[in-house]
Amino acid sequence: MSNPSVYVRAAMAPAQPAPRSTVGVAGWLRTNLFSSLWNTVLTLLAIALIVSIVVPTVRFTLVDAVWSGEGREACLAANGACWAYVKAYLPQFIYGRYPIDERWRVDLVYAMLALGLVLLMVPRIPAKGATLAFMLLVFPVVAFVLLTGGGLELDGGLIPDDVMAPSAFRFWIEYGAVCAVLLALAAALAAWQGASVARTLRNLAAALAVLAVVLLAVSVDVGLEHVETANWGGMLVTLVVAVTGMTASMPLGVLLALGRRSNMPVVRLASVVFIEVWRGVPLITVLFMSSVMLPLFLPSGVTIDKLFRALVGVALFNSAYMAEVIRGGLQAIPRGQYEAARALGLGYWQMMRMIVLPQALRLVIPGIVGSFISLFKDTTLVLIIGLFDFLGQIQASANSATWASPVTGISGYIFAAFVYWIFCFGMSQYAGFVERRLDTGYKR
Amino acid sequence: MSDVSAAPGEELAVDRSKMRVSSTEVAIEMVDVNKWYGEFHVLRDINLKVMRGERIVVAGPSGSGKSTMIRCINRLEEHQKGRIVVDGKELTNDLRKIDEVRREVGMVFQHFNLFPHLTILENLTLAPIHVRRMPRREAEEVAMLYLKRVKIPEQAHKYPGQLSGGQQQRVAIARSLCMNPRVMLFDEPTSALDPEMIKEVLDVMVGLAEEGMTMVCVTHEMGFARQVANRVIFMDAGQIVEQNEPEAFFTNPQHDRTKLFLSQILH
Ligand SMILES: Nc1ncnc2c1ncn2[C@@H]1O[C@H](COP(=O)(O)OP(=O)(O)O)[C@@H](O)[C@H]1O
Ligand SMILES: [Mg+2]
Repeated sequence: MSNPSVYVRAAMAPAQPAPRSTVGVAGWLRTNLFSSLWNTVLTLLAIALIVSIVVPTVRFTLVDAVWSGEGREACLAANGACWAYVKAYLPQFIYGRYPIDERWRVDLVYAMLALGLVLLMVPRIPAKGATLAFMLLVFPVVAFVLLTGGGLELDGGLIPDDVMAPSAFRFWIEYGAVCAVLLALAAALAAWQGASVARTLRNLAAALAVLAVVLLAVSVDVGLEHVETANWGGMLVTLVVAVTGMTASMPLGVLLALGRRSNMPVVRLASVVFIEVWRGVPLITVLFMSSVMLPLFLPSGVTIDKLFRALVGVALFNSAYMAEVIRGGLQAIPRGQYEAARALGLGYWQMMRMIVLPQALRLVIPGIVGSFISLFKDTTLVLIIGLFDFLGQIQASANSATWASPVTGISGYIFAAFVYWIFCFGMSQYAGFVERRLDTGYKR
Repeated sequence: MSDVSAAPGEELAVDRSKMRVSSTEVAIEMVDVNKWYGEFHVLRDINLKVMRGERIVVAGPSGSGKSTMIRCINRLEEHQKGRIVVDGKELTNDLRKIDEVRREVGMVFQHFNLFPHLTILENLTLAPIHVRRMPRREAEEVAMLYLKRVKIPEQAHKYPGQLSGGQQQRVAIARSLCMNPRVMLFDEPTSALDPEMIKEVLDVMVGLAEEGMTMVCVTHEMGFARQVANRVIFMDAGQIVEQNEPEAFFTNPQHDRTKLFLSQILH
């Protein structure tokens, strides 16, 4: 007021439009692709590279491709991919040598799996807990019975044969005895630790009862034809190995990660040794060991299914990797979270289940998905122990005399690559979606 | 400029009518408690008896062991020598006793430590449901009651990350209160807050004191100490150097270390 040279603006200055050269398509192109001579050269080079790859690919896979026809003549006539061959072999790629009349069983398992995944993955669908319990407890049993035909022979083996002949009866007697011993041990441990004996017994008894029901379910004869796993193949083997590997490696990975951070030296040492041993060995070696070495250690007469051995190998191998991924997440949780949980009176497992793991797992979703994707692709390695997964089945069919041609193999591999890519891309997209959805804005 | 840290304390309105200290019932008793971190002797011969209804303020320079001492009371830290008895239960390796004590003792931390992946309401109901085995409906009613008391019922369905520091700390206090504790421990509850938020938290703490809650507060809010505490404890180098009623403590400190500390903190 006293100083007339001071000027105060009375109204807000209106917003100016951005310079023309930075907005719109032309603006975007200019700032991002042609901002300098060097950038322009790079852009042109990239365009040339893309054209030189995309054009021949489109030509080979679509324009010049053969879509129908019978036998190698059709493929020999083609300048491009021979999709007629893929079409003819598609059932084999999906089911392997699973008997044609029984393939509805595989379809049913595929359908249940797909339905279960949709119910779990779409956030708006309610009752996630019930669905998850069904998919983790009931579905594996049903899938096992449907795929193998069930009627697993359980005849025990703890009581010598000359005391009691092998029979289902002997098995259940032994199961009862083992349960009794376990319950007694758990009760003693709980009492020694000062935990609630009644609750410990109740939980363990429930778990053992569930296990008994599962064993009963897989051992009753439901009248389905038995299908050897040797006849399984294609996508069926790929999915069985991948889904089992993923589902088993999560809980095992969590336990190993917690074990590695435990205060109890024995638990910690055991976890470290397990993780480091499995991480130090290539998966091929694990599979070879499971298929060649393991039978040497088993008593004669005892055989374990080859696919089952591969499943165990893959699950344990991946749980070691998963443990390290999850441990990374656990390390990122501040000490204050543990302290607040403890101060409220939560027990160790409550604290882990409700406070620590939900946050830790959320942090490492990218790592978990990365592990899942490499696990999915690694399933192709079961080829070397004579299991025919999706890729193995394609490879085997490409050499068949009826379809052999210069483009048969290439067509098969392109198809395989495309299918693997769809699965892996789907996983990574879904993970991105989950990550965005779970972001509650606490990373401040 | 006025003295910011002292100002909120002067404005606290305290109704002392219901504050009553029991002369017979002991809430916390620490006898010759010693603790080491490796070679480092962090607590030396701590003797402290807190009666039911007492409001104790613990002050002392940084690193003097204040946090360690109150964290021993709910066994977030283990002491190696001496006895700690809380609510008649001695803290030993017996996990059941530790859990019992933790259920009865609420704790509020400097950095709130809310669970960021849960809503405010879920933060409050978690322990009552899973530790006290209270039905969900009832737990939610109790939670809403305490949210109203700390004056933020409208935030119930937000996540902690969406609240201001002062609001988060009030939620943290409400979360402890939902367990219906008999003792509350506060570890510098206002020192991570911006000055304008300190008062809203102190007001909640005053309200608790007025209802007769037994409280042990590590704090440098000397206004709060003056008006709410019935005893101020001064710690240095792992020892309780001096303890007195607030008036006497501030006007007539006995030890040189206390005098030095007070001169630094009160300017
Ligand atoms: N986990 C720990 N390991 C080793 N030293 C610690 C640990 N926690 C605290 N201390 C040390 O113990 C002393 C007392 O710490 P604390 O009780 O946090 O002090 P205050 O709360 O009074 O600032 C400090 O010197 C600190 O460095
Ligand atoms: Mg401290």
